[in-house]
Amino acid sequence: MQALIDVRDLHFQYDDGTVALSGVDFQLFPGETVAVLGANGSGKTTFVLHLNGLLKGNGSVTVCGMPVERDTLTAVRQKVGLIFQDSDNQLFMPTVIEDVAFGPLNLGLDRHEAAVRARTALHEVGMAHACEKAPYHLSAGEKKRVAIAGILAMRPEILVLDEPTTFLDPPGQNALLELLDRLPQAKILVTHDVDCARVLANRAVFFDKGRITGEGSVEEVIGRFNWDRTALKRQATSRL
Amino acid sequence: MHIPDGFLATPVWAALDVTAVPAVGYLARRAQRGLEQSKVPLLGVMGAFVFAAQMINFPVGLGTSGHLVGAALLAYTLGPAAAGVVLTAILAVQALVFQDGGILSLGANIINMAVAGMLAGYLPFRLWGKGRRRREAIFLGGVLSVLTSALLALSELLLSGVAMPAAVLRISLGLFVVSAVLEGAITLAIMQALESINPDFIRDPQSHGGRAFSLVGMAALFVAVIGVAFASTHPDGIQKLADATGIASRAKALIAAPMADYQLGVWRSIWLRKAGAGLAGLGLIFGACLVCGRLLARQRGT
Amino acid sequence: MHHVVLDRWSRGSSPLHRRDARAKIVAALVFLIVLATAHRSFIPLAFAYFAILIAAGFVAGLPVFAVLKRAAVVLPFTAVFAAISVAAGEPMRAAVLVVKSYLSALAVLILVSTTPLPELLRGLECMGVPRYLLMVIQFLHRYLFVISEEAQHMCVAAQTKSGSMRRSLFHGSRFNAAAGALSVLFARSYGHAEGVYQAMLARGFQGHFRTFANPVFRKADAVFVLAALAVLAGVRLVLEVWS
Repeated sequence: MQALIDVRDLHFQYDDGTVALSGVDFQLFPGETVAVLGANGSGKTTFVLHLNGLLKGNGSVTVCGMPVERDTLTAVRQKVGLIFQDSDNQLFMPTVIEDVAFGPLNLGLDRHEAAVRARTALHEVGMAHACEKAPYHLSAGEKKRVAIAGILAMRPEILVLDEPTTFLDPPGQNALLELLDRLPQAKILVTHDVDCARVLANRAVFFDKGRITGEGSVEEVIGRFNWDRTALKRQATSRL
Repeated sequence: MHIPDGFLATPVWAALDVTAVPAVGYLARRAQRGLEQSKVPLLGVMGAFVFAAQMINFPVGLGTSGHLVGAALLAYTLGPAAAGVVLTAILAVQALVFQDGGILSLGANIINMAVAGMLAGYLPFRLWGKGRRRREAIFLGGVLSVLTSALLALSELLLSGVAMPAAVLRISLGLFVVSAVLEGAITLAIMQALESINPDFIRDPQSHGGRAFSLVGMAALFVAVIGVAFASTHPDGIQKLADATGIASRAKALIAAPMADYQLGVWRSIWLRKAGAGLAGLGLIFGACLVCGRLLARQRGT
Repeated sequence: MHHVVLDRWSRGSSPLHRRDARAKIVAALVFLIVLATAHRSFIPLAFAYFAILIAAGFVAGLPVFAVLKRAAVVLPFTAVFAAISVAAGEPMRAAVLVVKSYLSALAVLILVSTTPLPELLRGLECMGVPRYLLMVIQFLHRYLFVISEEAQHMCVAAQTKSGSMRRSLFHGSRFNAAAGALSVLFARSYGHAEGVYQAMLARGFQGHFRTFANPVFRKADAVFVLAALAVLAGVRLVLEVWS
């Protein structure tokens, strides 16, 4: 099976000299959902920004068989849909429908086709009623769903989500997890939300200081790096 | 200093609207320059920043506080052309959404604040922003941006025949000076804070070429600013000066002709007639300063 | 915040809301110009125009009293100059000033209360305003609420920290604290701008915003413009000839 995303020996340094990635190897296969765990500043977000060419480092990044370079950026960005942590930054057009149609319009579709794609995508995420609404009238959960619609309208093969459950209340989180579970695309989930990883992902990688230091099933990785509150919970119950 | 509709005489608002159209077109082309529309989100968001920033109070003692106007700050961080576009956008939103400033007088407000005020604020930084007098240059820029816009607005109101006895004029000028000094102080304080967060936020005031134009522009600006202040409070002195240089008769003819049909009753007042003529003459000098400013912006290749 | 209220008013479906933005812009401009250049038979003209605006407000289904109140924000500034005119012995001038500025503000308010801002901007683009400037206005409007909210949070946080300092006469440290707060807000705004740009690139942005909606100028819009022109100019002509 050919990997959808194939990253080999990726290095990246910021302008001020900080080394953000020091040799990352990673692969994503069709149908998979991979959780990317790690401390703040460990390079998780920097890593995913390479997957659609927003950042360019040393090493090779291949998406659906295409190397990510200047000529292939448009095609790559259609294949890899990146959903950012801050939904306000992602919903920058005045109305929901105009925002979701932004991607299809950039792909060269005409107004009518773009509108159809936008409405279909909004329907998929359950926000068809909000077409003419302005973004600031939406709740955090609704904004997140519209952001996802904006990506789905481009018909990507891979979804990359950066901390999708931040800012969401528990019902919002549940609704989001349900939605993501339904979507057929391969997914990469950068997340601190361990439960989100448990529910959705079939595999996890652990980032530490710019490299992947652990891989395996979600439970294995969580357990190995003490990445949840099991220890605390045990302490709490033992006190009762 | 946002002039609402109904204040300016027709020749005044019409002339300024006509001037503002190519000015804004020029600024938009300069700001865009090859970068297509990639900078649009930055300019829009920084416009929202200035709006929001005007909510933050800077206490100056005795229970009063001022707030940032922002023309100079925008010019120092985004460059003059982009700053002009952002300021125009701010003025448009203020007029349309917040009913702060009129629509027919939007041209006047744009020239006063987004073009002349912004350039006046930028000039000192352009000239001295790299040397030892950087802090003074920034402060002066803040002062000049507010002072220039305010004085231009005042001239336009006077030219339109809005009643303004000498006492009120003196108080207004005093208030302008206070707000201008406050803007200078606030701009300097913010620039220093920005430098410690990230020096890249502030543009490099290139000082090669066009220096002569900048100095001429600076001098013209000083003359115009001080001159207008003087004219408003000492109309007789200006009348003598204008007579001596022959400007007065020409200016009177220029203004009297279109004004005559409108029967505004302005020219019944001898004092206003003199002040109007004197101000018109100085307005011409200021126009020259604007041209200088544009030439220097072009030369700089910002 | 006011612009949220305005946004709500502008999303109605009255006959006035449904008119093309260009038609409404032209009508508003005609109103403003005819009003600005009027000086004879001013009082009856002012009444007639006020009645026209109120009628427009009703047709548009707007909360008329709230609209009238909102347009009055122009009055404090105008009142100062009006008072000076009265003191200088020109009460008629003062009245003209107040009436002109209020009616102009009311006309513009009715325009923006019946036209959502994006439509208004599209109309302006068709009328020759540089697209670059209009896109900046669009983004400014979109992020106005976001950045203002952040500024408000910072104000509240600052207030809770500086209660004890309120008594001191020398406010230098609070001055610098405000500057520091603004520089942080600046940095955050810049961060937002970068995030927005990344989001645009991630969805295939290649330098130009493509148009989505295509405003159509219908017969009803032409009728509206001609009717507005006829009424506004006609009323003034009639009143001036009559006097």
